[in-house]
This record gives sequence, C-alpha cells and structure tokens, in this order.
Amino acid sequence: MSKRVGMEVTTACAEAAALCRIDVASVYPITPQSHIAEHLSEIVNDGRLDASFMTVESEHSALSAAMGASATGARVFTATASQGLLFMSEILPITSAMRFPVVMIIANRAISGPINIWNDHSDIMHTRDTGWISFFADNGQEVVDMTIQAFKVGENRNVMLPVNVNVDGFQLTHTVEPILFPDQEEVDRFLPEYVPYATLHPDRPVSMGTLGVPEIYAEAQKAKDVAIVNSIKVVKEVWKEWEKLFGRKYEPIQSYRTKDADVALVTMGSMGETAEIAVDALRKQGVKAGLLKIKLWRPFPFAELKKAVKGIRVLAVTDRACSFGGPGGPVFSEIRSALYEESVRPAIVNYLIGLGGRDVQVEDFMEMVRKAAKGKLSEPYEFYGVRG
Amino acid sequence: MLEIRWHGRGGQGAVTSVELLALSAIEEGKYAQGFPSFGTERRGAPVTAFNRFDDKQIKIRSGIYHPDVVVVLDESLVALVDVAEGLKPTGILLVNTTKSLADLKKIIRFEGKIATCDATGIARKELGVPITNTTMLGALLKVTGIVKLSSLNAPLKERFGRLAPKNQAAAKRAYEEVKIN
Amino acid sequence: MTEKKWPETWQEVNPGCMVFRPGSAAAYHTGSWRAMRPIWDNVKCIKCGVCYIYCPEGCVTEDADGFFEVNLDYCKGCGICAHECWPSAIKMVNEEE
Repeated sequence: MSKRVGMEVTTACAEAAALCRIDVASVYPITPQSHIAEHLSEIVNDGRLDASFMTVESEHSALSAAMGASATGARVFTATASQGLLFMSEILPITSAMRFPVVMIIANRAISGPINIWNDHSDIMHTRDTGWISFFADNGQEVVDMTIQAFKVGENRNVMLPVNVNVDGFQLTHTVEPILFPDQEEVDRFLPEYVPYATLHPDRPVSMGTLGVPEIYAEAQKAKDVAIVNSIKVVKEVWKEWEKLFGRKYEPIQSYRTKDADVALVTMGSMGETAEIAVDALRKQGVKAGLLKIKLWRPFPFAELKKAVKGIRVLAVTDRACSFGGPGGPVFSEIRSALYEESVRPAIVNYLIGLGGRDVQVEDFMEMVRKAAKGKLSEPYEFYGVRG
Repeated sequence: MLEIRWHGRGGQGAVTSVELLALSAIEEGKYAQGFPSFGTERRGAPVTAFNRFDDKQIKIRSGIYHPDVVVVLDESLVALVDVAEGLKPTGILLVNTTKSLADLKKIIRFEGKIATCDATGIARKELGVPITNTTMLGALLKVTGIVKLSSLNAPLKERFGRLAPKNQAAAKRAYEEVKIN
Repeated sequence: MTEKKWPETWQEVNPGCMVFRPGSAAAYHTGSWRAMRPIWDNVKCIKCGVCYIYCPEGCVTEDADGFFEVNLDYCKGCGICAHECWPSAIKMVNEEE
C-alpha cells in the first residue's frame, strides 16, 4: 500500500533510491542537489539501507567510482547539478558506452557564467549527446516514480544504459509537498534484483573499456545509438506497468487539452503544471490553448511528437537553455527538425524562459500563447521578458 | 488556495516553520507546499519562506507575490523590509512584537487586519531561547485555522524529538495569547 | 577457424565493446616494434634479476640455471634492462645483427 507523506523533494529522492535497494551511492554534494547526498548518507549511516556510500573528492570521481561499482554488478546511484555535471562530462559518454545502468538525479541548475545557482536546463543540455536516457519530472511525485522507473529501464537487458532524472533545482528540490510512496514490497516486485550482463569477476574474465580503433569505433557508436533509440519501447512498457500498478500515467509526450487546440505550449520539467493553469485560464477566455509536456527527452520521442501535434496550428516551444549562435533553444530545434518532413505541420515559435532561476508566472505563459498566435515572432527565438 | 509569506532572519527558523506547517497540513490530508526563497542563505540576513495550501493538488510552481497572510518572526525586520508588500488588502499581517497596534501602524503601511503576538517573550519563557518560529506557528494557526493545533504535534516530535513538548507548549501559548486587531 | 580481428558489423559488437576472451592482448606480438634487442653476457651476469624487475613488458624470464632471457615475441627493444644492468652484462644490438 502506498503511503502519503509530506517531504522535501530531495529527501524523497534519497528515500526512493533506498527503496530501490541500491548497493552503492557515489555522490559529491553541490547546490541544489546536496540534500540528496546528505539524506542518503544518513539512511546508510542509520543502517536502513545496506549500501556503500562513497565519499569522493569530485564529481569526476563520483561518476568514475559509480562506473567501477557498476562494473562489479552493483546497482548504483549518483546525483549532481550544474558545474558538477559539467565536471562529469568526460565520464558521461563512457558510462553509456560501457553500458552501465547507473541512475543519476540531476537537480537542474544553470551553468556559470555569470555564476548562478538557480534553476534552468543549461546543465543537462550541455551533456545532451552523451547517450544517457533522460527523464524530466513535473513534480515531487514524478521524481520519486521516475527514480524507481529509471533503474528498471536502464537495467533491462535490451537497454543497458544509464538514465538521468531531471529535477528542477529549488522549484522542485527545495519544496516540501505530499508524495505517495509505494511500499518496499511493491518496489521489490516492480524492480527485482539487478542481474548484470557481465561483471568484473575472476571466474569469468572480461575486458571492459577497450580501445576502439577506426575499424571498430563507428560500429560501436552505431550499436550504442541503436540501443538508445530502441530503449523507447522499454520506457513505454515500464511506464505502462507503473500505471497498472500505481495508477499514475507517464507518456513520452503528455498532452494537456490539445484535442481542439489552436496554439499549444511545449514545456519540460516543473513549469509544466504552471503552464496547465495558464491553459485553463486561456480556455476560460475562449482561447483554444493546449500544452505538450515532454517527459522523455532522450531518446527523443519523434513518433509520439508527430502524433501529439496533429491539428495544432502553432507550437510555442519554451526552452530553459540557450544554444548560442544556433537555431534557437535545444528543444525548439529538436521539434522543428522532427517535423521537417511532415506535409502538414504547425508553425513553431521559440521562447527562452526561466533562465538562471527567472520566475515564470501563469500570466507569462498566457502572454506567450497570445503572442505566438500570429505564428511568428519578430526574432527566430525570443528571450522572453528580457529587459532592453 | 491560501498563500503565506514568512519573514525572518537567516537562522531563525522561517524555513523550518514552512516545512512544519506544510507537513501538518499534509498529515491532515490537505495539499501543501513549503519552500524557501531560493538561493543562498546567510545567517542573520533577512530571509523569506513560503507556504501554499489547498484542498486539491497544487500545480503552480512560480513565486508568491500576493500572499493572503504574512508572518514576521522578528520585529526588527519591520523597519528594514516592506513586510506588507503585495499582501492582499483582505489578508492578515501577523507580527511578533510587543508594540501596540498604533505604534506598529506608524511603520507598516498596511490598512488590513494586523495580529500581534509577543512570541519572543513566550519563547524565552517556554523554550529558554528567543527562537520564535514554532511559537509563531501557534499564533498563525489561531489567526488562520489552516490546520488544527494538535496537527503540529507529530511534525514537531519528528523534528525536535525530546524538545518537542517545549515547542508544543510555546505554540499553544501563542495560540491562546495572539491578539487579533 | 581463425578468430576475427574485429566484429564485421555493428550487430556483432558486444554491449559496451566488452571482450570475453581472456588474454587476447597476448595475440598481439609487440616484438615487431623492436629495432634493437638485448643480448646477455652470462659471464658478466651475477643473476641479480634487475633486468627481470625493470622490464616494462614483463618479457624477461629466468631460466633453469638462474640466468635471464627475453621473449622476443614481446620485447619492444626499449633497452631499459641494459640501462639498469649494473655489471653491464646486457648489450643492445641492432635487430639485423
């Protein structure tokens, strides 16, 4: 039976990792993730979880140690944010290339400079192409659910890839809210013991992390790409199973009031529900607004997106990160590219919002929809609300 | 939906207050959010923290700009910060002070309802230290009725362990002594 | 059947490029890199074993009489053994000699 508990989302995140019976946590604290590291180390110290909590000297080491632990067949958890994630970036593509199903919480925070500790998605976007499966959570409940789901997806023998769960820094991490926790038995049934594909063990010798000469490197990359592309099947199966067990529905693209929508917002992460309120308010005023929330960023759900935008005239895509000198924000360019070959496709505009913790209110989303209705902005991408 | 803004100084426990209050409401089956003003925390500096309460799931994640209630943990903040900023005219301002309402009105620009409580005095007597966050929780519950006073007990126990009874006593006294003008 | 040098297609790549054949690196004879090879003068040799200890390839071995010899399949001809040999019992000679 699930239990309804009030908890700070970071604490809940650590509790979720404990419910997954992780063997090793290798975490280096950084704002706004630190409470995860703190609470998890308490859980281990209190003897509530039989795991090794590795104190490392940096994020680079945190993920390196996580990989080493995973190579021995352990279920491994880590968490970071911002500069910490960037410091890990050398190891990120190796984790996926070596097919270690490490699960990482990213407490999304802007990257420097200027130095900023607040929320946006510039950290995850910086490491977008490293071959990790990426989930985005709307609220604390989704953070807990996705943490548990992430292990199940990553450890699937047809996937064998690391998964990151993106949790908006402060807006989510530092909020106390009600969360339904599945009990240990339910989690154990959903997530059985990890059976690794191969482990470092003298009884069955294996070389991991081998050299890839030009004659093999391309084939290795292709194999990794096919693995992550195909993982969407497993993600959807796992989310179906979760819905059956716990009644909470997860889809790669979640549509909100888009059935007859004229203009639809696109969001990722915790601003999604604020945008829902804006959609409701616009509907009350007679504006046919809708919303698409991307929950699965990698592998990108191309087919699901194409289906979701049917009938929509204008998409107002919001981005929480810049692509300097590029075509617009990363979500925008992804969506535009995804729809390029469609004979009927919506007009697409791009807003860069909520950068470095800038608050975005219901009225802002309403204004974005109103401005987007023309199908075009005065610039290819607009820094929404920027002064000057 | 009811929205609250807390004013305190770093280290006075404003964040703990919003946490305890949110937990009490969630215990009662309600929906609640408790969150700090996002960013760096510095001991002694003026800080804010926030609560939202509702009977249905709370979706909004943006800041609170027009609270229904403002709680001021430290009297000295009134001269430093515009504590009534954005407070709804129909809202309530609850201040920890020994000042009279007339004196308070000279410094605070707010025409609506003001409640006062000598939380520092109560905390000194009941806790032995002038930390007013749990005391002011009692006063706030009297003023707003968000949750039952007894719903604070479990979160207080979880948070303060053997010191919980003292905090409960302080909250109870403030609940009884708060003056609503 | 001779073993493939590398997978022919991406489908044949093991997950994570893992190699399950132990000791596969031994199939690669690094001795082909050698331009010079070490020669031992067992009259000068005092059987101290410093060549054995210092050989970075681990290809110096002790024979039945306690003298040392090199496995030329793997000796890269680096000359560290000759440099370290303090009784000067090892001489590096051109590969062609």
